[in-house]
Amino acid sequence: MNGIIGFLEYFKMLMPQVMDGLLVTLQIFGLTLILSIPLGVIIALGRLSKLKVLNVITGAYILIMRGTPLLLQIVFIFFGLPLIGVTLDRLPAALFAFTLNYGAYFAEIFRAGIRSIDIGQYEGAGVLGLSPRDTFFRIIFPQALKRVLPPVGNEVVTLIKDTALVYILGLDELLKIGKIATNRDATLLPLVIIAIVYLALTYVLSEIMTRFEKKYDYYK
Amino acid sequence: MLRIQGLKKSFGNVEVLKGVDLELQKGEILVIVGPSGGGKTTLLRSINYLEKCDAGTIAIDGKYLIRDGVYASKGELKEIRRTIGMVFQGFNLFPHMSVIDNIIEAPIRVFGKNRDEALVEAREILRFLGLTDKENSYPFELSGGQKQRVAIGRALALEPKLMCFDEPTSALDPALTDEVAKVIKSLSVKGMSMLIITHDMEFAKKVADRIVSIDKGVIIDEHMYESGTGE
Repeated sequence: MNGIIGFLEYFKMLMPQVMDGLLVTLQIFGLTLILSIPLGVIIALGRLSKLKVLNVITGAYILIMRGTPLLLQIVFIFFGLPLIGVTLDRLPAALFAFTLNYGAYFAEIFRAGIRSIDIGQYEGAGVLGLSPRDTFFRIIFPQALKRVLPPVGNEVVTLIKDTALVYILGLDELLKIGKIATNRDATLLPLVIIAIVYLALTYVLSEIMTRFEKKYDYYK
Repeated sequence: MLRIQGLKKSFGNVEVLKGVDLELQKGEILVIVGPSGGGKTTLLRSINYLEKCDAGTIAIDGKYLIRDGVYASKGELKEIRRTIGMVFQGFNLFPHMSVIDNIIEAPIRVFGKNRDEALVEAREILRFLGLTDKENSYPFELSGGQKQRVAIGRALALEPKLMCFDEPTSALDPALTDEVAKVIKSLSVKGMSMLIITHDMEFAKKVADRIVSIDKGVIIDEHMYESGTGE
């Protein structure tokens, strides 16, 4: 395998496997995002609730999810839940763990965002007679969303790389494909290729987040 | 129109309102003056149900917001709050909504009007306030005086019987206070009652039918100002 031609040849050969891995990675990434962001909003509301019980429950939840490694959470959910009679397939188990974990991080981000909105906005909505529901969804949350976009973008980029952790369940995502090829072909090239793929993904995601932020630039 | 009797309110151990009595007639412009910490902001906030009082009575247009220390039911509170408009010192406009969207939000969400109907009325209000060309602007693009007029417009969209103003001149150029006074007077001519708190005595004299001052939680004296005497 010499020079650039050799690299391209090898790249071409490895491409189908990389695409398969990419598909698994994107699947976990996309579904986790779709599920964990709404979960985060709900947990954040629990944290901010006036009900003490909800504060304690969501507080404990966040402590556990942020206080233990995601890798362990994946292991506990896949290998541990069967002990109490709940058996999940590998992909659903991974998704479950990722959603619970990222839900906790998103919850803290949303909580901070919602808290940062001035009390005057609640009072302004209150004297107009808006219901608590309208006040939250029409007035508070849209403004909070704009403020949390940068930290949410951070989490999104972290998530795409964290998906590599599902190798522990034997799911053939990007990184595992790279490692197998590296061992089989005794070369670091597959890992270089995988790194480039991650980099490209991160670049695209950053661009998308920037677009979102620009979209919200219409007001200050 | 507005009747307050024996209103008391404490924050912790500090009694801020110590039995306030006040009456306001239909179409009257009442200005409350007084030093900071005297209780005037708390009084205004209590009327808007932004603070909960401990004792006393507030009746607006014959309906009791609080009667001898007992608040109306949730449904009644909602009804009563609809009859009061409030213009905050900091305006509290919704920054993510355009001027017109700020104004039609409550008519649509609270009164259940359809968008077209609400838009027609909102444009009428904007014309009255001289803001027609700002319809699609966002609050951050407006000057202090314009923001205030939007805040007035937003409150007017509820067609309140009583309008409250918290320090309406504090964020304005001295030259603009005449403008606000004019708007307030033209609204009272339409039969709307006005309750204004300020420590700008010049402005108070300019706009008021009657001025009262509040200090240490009680109304301490009343000055009468006949409209038209230039006093």
